[in-house]
This record gives sequence, structure tokens and C-alpha cells, in this order.
Amino acid sequence: MKRTVPLIIAIVAGFVLLIANFIPFAESWGLTAQEWFNILAVGAMILGGGNLLKLHLMKVSGQRKGWGYSVVTIVCFTATLIIGMFKMGVNPNPLTPDYAWSGYYLESGSGLWWIYQHMVVPLTSMMFAMLAFYVATAAFRAFRAKNTEATLLLITAGIVLLGRTYAGVWLFEGWLPESMQWLRFDNLTVWIMEIPNTGGTRAITIGIALGVVATSLRILLGVDRSYLGQD
Amino acid sequence: MRKRIPFITAVFATLALANVATAQAPAPPSDLSVQDTPDDSGKSVDLQWSLSNTDIFNPLLADVTLVDPSTIVATYSVERITSLDANGKEVAGEDSQWRVITEAGAGDSSYVDRTVELGWTYNYRICAVDNQGDASHWVEATTTVVPEMQIFDSSKAWLAIFMLVFGGFVVYFINEARSGKTLWVRKIAGLEAIDEAVGRATEMGRPVLFVTGIQDINEIQTLAGLTVLSRVAKTAAEYGAQIEVPTCRSLVMAAARETVESAYLAAGAPDAYQPDKIHYLTDEQFAFVAGVTGYMVREEPAACIYMGGFYAESLILAETGNFIGAIQVAGTAMPSQLPFFVASCDYTLIGEEFFAASAYLSGDPLQIGSLKGQDYGKFFSVLILVIGLFLATTVSLTQSTESAGFGSGALGYIKNNMLGSEGLGSFGGGNTDTEGDDS
Repeated sequence: MKRTVPLIIAIVAGFVLLIANFIPFAESWGLTAQEWFNILAVGAMILGGGNLLKLHLMKVSGQRKGWGYSVVTIVCFTATLIIGMFKMGVNPNPLTPDYAWSGYYLESGSGLWWIYQHMVVPLTSMMFAMLAFYVATAAFRAFRAKNTEATLLLITAGIVLLGRTYAGVWLFEGWLPESMQWLRFDNLTVWIMEIPNTGGTRAITIGIALGVVATSLRILLGVDRSYLGQD
Repeated sequence: MRKRIPFITAVFATLALANVATAQAPAPPSDLSVQDTPDDSGKSVDLQWSLSNTDIFNPLLADVTLVDPSTIVATYSVERITSLDANGKEVAGEDSQWRVITEAGAGDSSYVDRTVELGWTYNYRICAVDNQGDASHWVEATTTVVPEMQIFDSSKAWLAIFMLVFGGFVVYFINEARSGKTLWVRKIAGLEAIDEAVGRATEMGRPVLFVTGIQDINEIQTLAGLTVLSRVAKTAAEYGAQIEVPTCRSLVMAAARETVESAYLAAGAPDAYQPDKIHYLTDEQFAFVAGVTGYMVREEPAACIYMGGFYAESLILAETGNFIGAIQVAGTAMPSQLPFFVASCDYTLIGEEFFAASAYLSGDPLQIGSLKGQDYGKFFSVLILVIGLFLATTVSLTQSTESAGFGSGALGYIKNNMLGSEGLGSFGGGNTDTEGDDS
């Protein structure tokens, strides 16, 4: 029963969405299914938040390694929750001034807006900025000419890298004959990105699309139940 | 005094006449046509018209500078009237009067009215309005329109056919497998490496980190990731290794717990299952990355397995895993993230391999049958691709663009009907221009 009911729900929801794609009468069914999912997801947020709090409270009470960070997490979580839920610093909507909580929760100048603008955005940007360094280290490792394929990759990457900058034009200025202009790195970059790169990406995309359909069929037919914890 | 009154009257009369002379209305639009939107549930009507001759966006105007500036079209006012409802009865009230439904901008020559009722009878009219608010005369549609619901979305007919053919292959090979026929599937190195990775973690006494991506449970990549998690958890339970599954979505956490618990049960080690090892971090993408990479640096898992939908965080995770010297296996269907995983991980499941993982790992003949069906579907797709390439090359070389030619007709049919949204349609129609087309 523990497996059968979720399996039936998964199969029914899958077929509903499939039918909704082809039958205009049923197109709203898909939206309804999506709304149900959203309601479930909101409910699950409580589950997730509860789990987060529980784990960190256990860590603090057991004074396990790094418990100080858990205190910071709990304080930040609770403060954000209270500021957001009670719409601290949010003015009532001008259209409904009698209702104190009718304002937009992320209104400029409000508590949650301040947290978002001055804490979430800079921290997120910082993490994203770190990507630049990770790209450099990954490229350093990937572009070593260990064999023929890696050498080809290195040459191609070099051309694209230079072709995306002014160096791609500057290197060939003044000496390359008109008939050989296609050899300029900026022109080669356009060709590499539009022909071999697009071709390769599309081949992968076609494979992915077929894989998605096959996986969906396995789930819809009940052949694959491993996501329910059953081989 | 008597002389001054006629003089003032004359001045006002002259000014009034001058005003009438300058208040010229813009030219009206023409050819307003209305039709029920095809392949819908009867909830919309398509309107089309030809642009006014004083609309500077009209491509038929030879020289826009010749248009009188005071008559340049600013908007098109579209109005609607309802005569009969779905039961054929006359409609009373606001709907029975002409009322504005939209003010389309200059240059717009179409509008979709999505505020109609199924089965009601509508008529439309349009006029051009300039910046002074002067309106042209109304142009009424020659016919009324009744929105109707179609049973089947014929624009997706070929998609349905492809799905049926592909589904047929999958079902056929599942039945073949059920009847006992042995089906061969090539080895996938990335999946073979999973046992090796878990074994290494066991030997080193360090945990296995499994990340199911940052998408929710309603995404197929997350489901595919959970199927791999099932196998990894079972192997970890058999080996006695510890598994850590941080999740980015609460529902994924709940599903992952069920998956891992069942895997431990199947491995005969239900007591070793620790639900707190499958925990929720945050929905925020980069906060999740910070949490996971922090764990990686602190605990130094011996194996990191990433299976699911990833975005920009893929490289941060994989490079951190590389930095701590973990054996890494990744699988995703995000083409833009694959190069990062390939560069940083020991093994990468590329696109379809990732979706094949569940069937491959289970060893279940029924599931492997579906993989065989997938291969035939791929062959079918490649066949259409090769035919399309051949036709496109032939048409391009012979410069045969007239639709009467078989090659260009077939090419147009593949592009517009089979791969486009014109449904089954008729052979030989549509655009066959091959230059600069990347569809």
C-alpha cells in the first residue's frame, strides 16, 4: 500500500499531463495538476524548514564540532522568518490602507527587502563570482595536450578564447590578405560556435529528449519504480 | 460696437474652419479578418488586419516622409459586439454593445482575443487613431465568428505520431524481454565506476556524497537521479559505507529518504539507515552550493556523485570535489553544464546515458527492453535527420526553391509539418528557404 498509492498517483498525474498536451479540452487539467503540486511543495517547505531547524538544534545541544555556525543559522533563519511573515517595515497597500498587512512583502525599504538586498544578493554574487576562478582551474586541467583529442580541444579553445576578445582581430590586422580573412580568430570562432558546436549540442539534445521520453514511459508503465525506493 | 461684433464673429468662424481643416483623421486599416483560433479549447479568436496607409510601420509605404504628421497612426482601437450566446439566444447587457477590447500599437496587424466564451457569436470592428485622438472610420469584419473547441490539437499531430512510434518500440522490446529474450546493452563506464567509488569510500572510512541536483521532484532529471541514488544507497548499505544526501528541495528530501530507506532494507541493513543524513539545506541555488561545498571541505567525502539537473553550481561542486581528491561521477541532461562535469569529474554520464542509468543499474530485463526501444527511436530520428540533410543539401545545390519541386516540397513538409506546428497539413506547402535557417 505504501508503494501502490504513490505509484498510482504518479501514473495518473503523468497520463493527465500527457493527455493535456494533445487534447485542448484537457489543457486546464495540466494547470490544475501544477497547482496541486505547488500546494504540496508549500506544505513540504514546512517539512524542510523543520528538518533544518531540528538538525541544527541537535548540533547545538550536543555541542558538536562547528556548533557555533549552527547558532548563526538558527538565528538567521528565525529572524528572516519572523521579519518576512510579519511583513516588518511594509506599508499598507495604498488601495487598501485599512489593512496593515496588505503591502507587498518585498517593498523597498522593508525588513525583508533589506535582508535580500544587503545580505542575500551580495552573498549570492560572491558565490557566483567564484565561478571565474573555478573555470580557470578546470580549464587548466582540461586543456593539457595529453593526446590527439585533448590537443584538438586545446587548439579550439585557444581560438575561441582569443576570438572572443579584441586580440582575435588585432593579431591579423594589416597583414592577412582579403581572401584569407576567414582565418581571423573572430571569424573562426563564429564558425566553430555555429557549426561543430551547434551540431554536437543538438546531437546531445536529441539523445536527452529520447531519454526523457523513455524514462517517462518506464515510470508511466510502472516498469521503473526505483524512485519510490523499489528496484 | 455694432461693427466690432460681426468682425469678432468672422474671426472665430475662420479659426473654427481652420481647425476643421487641420483635424484630418488617419487612414483606416483594411481587410479585418476574424477566425476561431485553431487547435484550442474554444477560448480565443484570432484577428488580422492590413495596416493603415498612414501607419509609418506599414511596409507598403514607399516614403514615410510623405505621410501627413498629424495623421500618423498611434494605435488601433479594436471593438467587439456579441449577438448570440452558446444556446443561440440574444445577448443582453454590456456585451450586446460595441466595446473596446484592446488598443493595439502602430505596426501591429494581429491580435488574439482571449476573453471570448465558447459557442458565442462575435463580430469585430477596428479603426486607426492618431496622436491627437482623431479616429478613422470603423472597418467591420465581413463575417462573424463562433469560438469552437477542437477535440485534438492537430498542430501536434506529428508529435503524437512520433510518441506513438517511439512508445511502440519501447513497449515491443519490454514484451520481448518479458518473453525471455536476452538483450545486449553496451557497458557505461560511469555507472560501472559507481561501485568502485562506493568501495573506495568504504576502504577509506569516509562518506559518499550524493547530490540530486537543484530541481524539484516534478522534474524528470531529479527522478532519474533518485533512481541512481537507490542503487548507490544499496551498495553503500552492503559495503557498510555512510551516505550523505543534502537536498535543495523539501519534497526531494522526503522522496530521497524513502528511496534510501528502501535500499537499506533491500540490502538487509535497515538498522544502518540514518534519516538525518538525507537533509534539506535551502532552496536558494548558491546558498545550497555554499552548504554542500562547506560539507565537502570539512568532511572530505571519498566519493562525490552528482546526478540530476544542475546549473551554474555544477563547476563549483565538481571543482571542490576535485580539490579534496574525491572520486567523482556526474550525470545530467543540461547540455551547457556537461563540459564542466567532463572537465572536473572522473566519469560523466552524458544526457541519455544518465536516463539509461536506472535501467542499466537495475539489470531488470523489462527496463533494459525500454533501453533497446530507446535505441530504435534514436535510429528513427537519425533516419529523418539524414533524409532532411540530403533534401536540404540537394535543394541548396540546385537552387530549386519553387514549391512544385519534390525536394523542396518534402523539405518544407519535414520542417513545417513534422518538426514545426502545421500538423499533418498538405505536402508541398510552407517555406523552404534554407539560407540562414537554423530550425
